[in-house]
Amino acid sequence: MQDLFRRYGKGLTYTILGLTFFWLFVLVILPDFKLLESSFRPYLPVVDIGGPLDVYSLENYGDILGNEVPFSVFGIDMMIGARVKVFVLTIYYSAIVTAITFVLAYPLSYYLAKVVSSKSLPTLFLLLFVPLWVSEVLRSFAWFIILTLKGPLNAFLMALGVIEKEIRWIDGYSPVVVTLVYAYVLFMLFPLYNAMQSLDSNQVEAAEDLGSPWWRTHWRVILPHAKPGIASGAVMVFMLSAGSLLVPAIINSPTGNWFTQTIQDIMLGGQDWNSGAAFAFMLLLFCTVTVTLAMRVFRVKLSDIAK
Amino acid sequence: MSAGIELDNVCCDFGKFRAVDRVNVTIQPGEFFSFLGPSGCGKTTILRMISGFTEPTEGVVRIGGKDMRGQRPNQRPTALIFQNLALFPLMPIWENIAFGLEVRGVDKAARRKRAEELLALVDLHDSADKMVSQLSGGQKQRVAIARALAVEPAVMLLDEPLSALDLKLRQHMRAELRAIQKRTGVTFIYITHDQGEALAMSDRVGVMSQGRLQQVANPRDIYNNPINGFVASFVGENNILTGDVQSASGGYASFSTAIGTLKARLPDTSVGKTVKIYVRPEHIALTEAAAAENSVPVTLSEVAFEGNFITVHGMTEGGTRMIAEVRNDGAASVPTAGTQMHMSFSAANASLLPDSATTGA
Repeated sequence: MQDLFRRYGKGLTYTILGLTFFWLFVLVILPDFKLLESSFRPYLPVVDIGGPLDVYSLENYGDILGNEVPFSVFGIDMMIGARVKVFVLTIYYSAIVTAITFVLAYPLSYYLAKVVSSKSLPTLFLLLFVPLWVSEVLRSFAWFIILTLKGPLNAFLMALGVIEKEIRWIDGYSPVVVTLVYAYVLFMLFPLYNAMQSLDSNQVEAAEDLGSPWWRTHWRVILPHAKPGIASGAVMVFMLSAGSLLVPAIINSPTGNWFTQTIQDIMLGGQDWNSGAAFAFMLLLFCTVTVTLAMRVFRVKLSDIAK
Repeated sequence: MSAGIELDNVCCDFGKFRAVDRVNVTIQPGEFFSFLGPSGCGKTTILRMISGFTEPTEGVVRIGGKDMRGQRPNQRPTALIFQNLALFPLMPIWENIAFGLEVRGVDKAARRKRAEELLALVDLHDSADKMVSQLSGGQKQRVAIARALAVEPAVMLLDEPLSALDLKLRQHMRAELRAIQKRTGVTFIYITHDQGEALAMSDRVGVMSQGRLQQVANPRDIYNNPINGFVASFVGENNILTGDVQSASGGYASFSTAIGTLKARLPDTSVGKTVKIYVRPEHIALTEAAAAENSVPVTLSEVAFEGNFITVHGMTEGGTRMIAEVRNDGAASVPTAGTQMHMSFSAANASLLPDSATTGA
């Protein structure tokens, strides 16, 4: 802090601090706090707001349970709320998206960090970045087109003779998963690349010199070193996927609802901001719990991720 | 179990740059062999070719008589100790040491036992469960040695492993390394730019410059009978005097130089040629009166008291700088700069050498 004053002077330092405070407190914390507060209040006609009916309760949170539908997990059939089902599947498929992005990004980031010559690195990074220049809406529509019944993927597979009849790709959660993987794979790639780049190549060579086959070198030396990168990539991809609205809105199938769509329906369709807020906070809470648990399981500290 | 190594006309090119140029040397099983040279002379490339990380562009590397072409580092009977040691920071010490055994499918109890034996061998008891970051530089060094020994290599390759240590520790580790080598009987190939290390530890030293092996000999011969000017000036200090051969007979010749006529050893006669004469500073005597042979009057320009010896810089009338090292026997007075004195050397200690070898060794 003293350093800031010395370098930029009082006026500028206070301006910067003030703006940061404004952004963080007024634009981020206050609205969220307001939303949190209203999530505990009932959805009432305007005249009743502030009246005797306007009391705090957990009713909005309980709303998620109603409207039971069959659901089976590990072969056990049960009845759960339709919204709970969407909620659980959203978390589940976000985890799947995270796992797939990891499987795709791990070899690629190793290749970029340790194998490829530094001369061709900028070109390769450019190739990775170019798709980001296209907006997420267009990219999602592109996948929609690719996966439609009479789309290029089916045409291609039929031309090759791999399939005889068109496959209905846009069904269940697969189109959302595919598009989310495509949209967020770079959020896994870059932290992984950073982590791997900081690995001393001599350690890889030392392992090989001691007789280690490539897979063991990865398992014992490279993967443990890259763990913080994997963790921060996984947190980003998981959070972004679970919170994504655009991708499922564009490419969802009737059987593949995302929980963010449920929230949107309640908030914009039903105009019930109170319940919508309650659902949104449940999603946030559950994602945070999932991430914390995963970090415990894989023994990653928050400070590792911050690196 | 140890194996000899043969480098048979080995070359290595990086693009247009020839890092290693036609190196031929045979290293005996159980030998402590050092490659000595300035940085960029190709010595590390030689090490990487033996360990298998770099393939020779031409020529063959044989270990234990077996052609190593196409053999990956994990298939060769070598263990490399990296300059930065490359210990695995996320594993405890014993897992570091036992990694090579883990790879070979040795069960955990046996691995642990072997790791502790090796820790005892390198004098590091009770460190098995520590992490790498908890050890000092010298201790890390020992762990690296133990890790390499664990795989029972036939050849141990060391890439300037002592360069990161401080002077006292470095000298201690020299003796230690030598002792470990004697105890295990493994062939050691040691890479260094530190001539003291190379001379003190090795059975034989190969001096390298610009990708070429200049001379291979035991440390005494490297120092006392350098084959050319590069070896003479890279290993130890030397006074270099340029002169024309006047006459030669019986292995000695007279030269006319800027500082007078001098006598030196001459391997082959070549009267009239301009040559360079090399004299070690410790072979130069400093006297007040002129000596009988090869005596040059000088003005002392700089006197550095270094403890066990005194380095004296002298300037001749013609402006040639000469350096003498005088042993500090505790009795003689230290000369002062500005004094007029005589520097002399015996003809037997002055040798005439060709410049660096592009002719090869």
